[in-house]
Amino acid sequence: MDKRKIEFYVGLFVIIGVLCTGYLFIVLGEISFVKDKQYPVYAFFSSVSGLKTGAKIEMVGVQIGMVSKVNIDKERLLAKVELSIDKNIELSEDVIASVKTSGIIGQKYIDIQPGGSDIILGPGEEIFNTESSLDIESLVRKLIFIKNNK
Amino acid sequence: MAIPLIQFINVSKNFGESHVLKGLNLSIYKGEITAVIGKSGTGKSVLLKHIIGLVQQDSGQILIEGQPLSQLSPKKIKLFYQKLSYMFQDNALFDFMNIYDNIALPLVENSRFPKDQVNKKVLKRMDQLGLIDIEKKFPSQLSGGMRKRVALARALVMDPEIVLFDEPTTGLDPIRKKKVHSMIQEYQKKFEFTAVIVSHDIPEIFNVVQRIALLDDGIIKFEGTKKDILDSQSKILNDFIAGKDI
Amino acid sequence: MLNKLIEKFGEKTINLLKSFGRIILFCFSGVTNIFTLPFQFAKIIEHMWFIGTKSIFVIILTGLFTGMVLGLQGYYSLVKVGSEAALGAAVSLTLISELGPVFTAIMVTARAGSSMAAEIGVMRISEQIDALKTMHINPVRFLFSPRIIAAAISFPLLTALFDVVGIFGGFISGSMMLGINKHVYMDTVIQSVKIHDINVGFYKAFAFALVTTTICCYRGYYTHLYSGFGARGVSLSTTNAVVHSCIAIFIFDYIITFFWV
Repeated sequence: MDKRKIEFYVGLFVIIGVLCTGYLFIVLGEISFVKDKQYPVYAFFSSVSGLKTGAKIEMVGVQIGMVSKVNIDKERLLAKVELSIDKNIELSEDVIASVKTSGIIGQKYIDIQPGGSDIILGPGEEIFNTESSLDIESLVRKLIFIKNNK
Repeated sequence: MAIPLIQFINVSKNFGESHVLKGLNLSIYKGEITAVIGKSGTGKSVLLKHIIGLVQQDSGQILIEGQPLSQLSPKKIKLFYQKLSYMFQDNALFDFMNIYDNIALPLVENSRFPKDQVNKKVLKRMDQLGLIDIEKKFPSQLSGGMRKRVALARALVMDPEIVLFDEPTTGLDPIRKKKVHSMIQEYQKKFEFTAVIVSHDIPEIFNVVQRIALLDDGIIKFEGTKKDILDSQSKILNDFIAGKDI
Repeated sequence: MLNKLIEKFGEKTINLLKSFGRIILFCFSGVTNIFTLPFQFAKIIEHMWFIGTKSIFVIILTGLFTGMVLGLQGYYSLVKVGSEAALGAAVSLTLISELGPVFTAIMVTARAGSSMAAEIGVMRISEQIDALKTMHINPVRFLFSPRIIAAAISFPLLTALFDVVGIFGGFISGSMMLGINKHVYMDTVIQSVKIHDINVGFYKAFAFALVTTTICCYRGYYTHLYSGFGARGVSLSTTNAVVHSCIAIFIFDYIITFFWV
């Protein structure tokens, strides 16, 4: 095989490989090269069971960001969730964030109900109104308890 | 007498159960061509490989200009090996490279010659050995004799001071054989190089070399100059030359 | 009788340890020789052509069918629990963190690894490696180092190709044949795949490249020690090279998954 030809085909191979790698990282891995396209706000929940980093954040059914961190606030003993919200979305301070489930065994996501206040949440501020994930087990337990008491 | 360039003292080598060299003594002098003759399979190639360091002796010593090889500094050993060149019995050409690259390889890998100088050297060697228009061919496309000559060209392309030939003429026709012999001779006159030739070309080889050593049963049975051979009463030598079983 | 058995066992163990030490030294010397100048650029390109470019077709074919069968099998499993919508996630995650790197490595070993072992083995038995030594060329640097580099570049790229083609294969069987909404499929793929998974896949590809090239070249290089001179020896080392490489791929796959996931 001619040397020039080999070089050409190796180049082609590398380009194909790099394109595939790029596709994996950029499209599937969702690496954003432009930083600061999103801003963080925080929300505290009494339970976020099942919520993972990278989960969707939706408002009226449209994705407006993703969960970037889930950990425990040691003082308040609540789950502290960092939400990355797209820059072009403005949240008023009285929005309600709730952990919800898509489908019966589907993934957890955070739903935000729009509020009516004029005061807008800035980066790093906190959403006060939150609803924790629905714990079916405790609901069932409560139901049985009420029944038994009657 | 002068100190030999390379001297074997009591060198023994075993490969597993078989004892190939059994306390061998041999001297190789600077500027001379030494022929090693002997039956096939008596360890002539092993002897050559000891010199270039491909095989290490089990016991005994190899002296380089009077000093044991094992006691030389790594730098000196390297310097010594750089003077050496080896031509393999089975050519050992690289079959993934074409003929030109094969011959040019030692030059390209070891020295910083510019490309045109490498080219000149390689083409000169090829021309001398009658290797014309086969630069782009691969070793597998050549005849046995051609391959032999390519191997010879490769061994000589670095202008080595010491060349070890392992049967350089086996498989060549008488004309080519003569050409190779006269080339080795001519070379020696020009560059005064030292050579060790393992050969079966008796008696032609006697006209090429200055010294002859007969290897049999793991030791050198006879060692001497051409004149010594003619005067020799050694039965074993005469028998071997005459083709009688020894 | 018992003595002999113990003796034999001890000898085997020592030999195993010896080979283990030798292979590590071999790998180490190959890797360090990558960085000795002059850089062997032309040789790296040539090996990349052999390891990478010539494997593209095989990788596309195996990737496509792996993805398709994952889509098919995954669909029938997921449909039982009523969550066939998660097919994209199932296909892409298995491909990216497991099957992609492993299958790519096995295919490339079968294609290029075997020929590495055979080629270097033939060079050993026909004294070409000795010839390199007599020309003061380091055979490890000359034969092994460019192959490591070429493999270390080619394996991740081929793995990426395998992943992408495989995900498309899952799309073909899941979406085009079994009728899952194509947006749902792609959406679950994008949602479920995280940077971390992709990284692990690439770590694996990289590790497999190093391991298989080392084993294959090592087997060829030391053909004479294991199986003697001759064509028989080369064929034996080639077989061993491929088998051992595949075993090593699975072992390393487990180790990497264990530590990084």
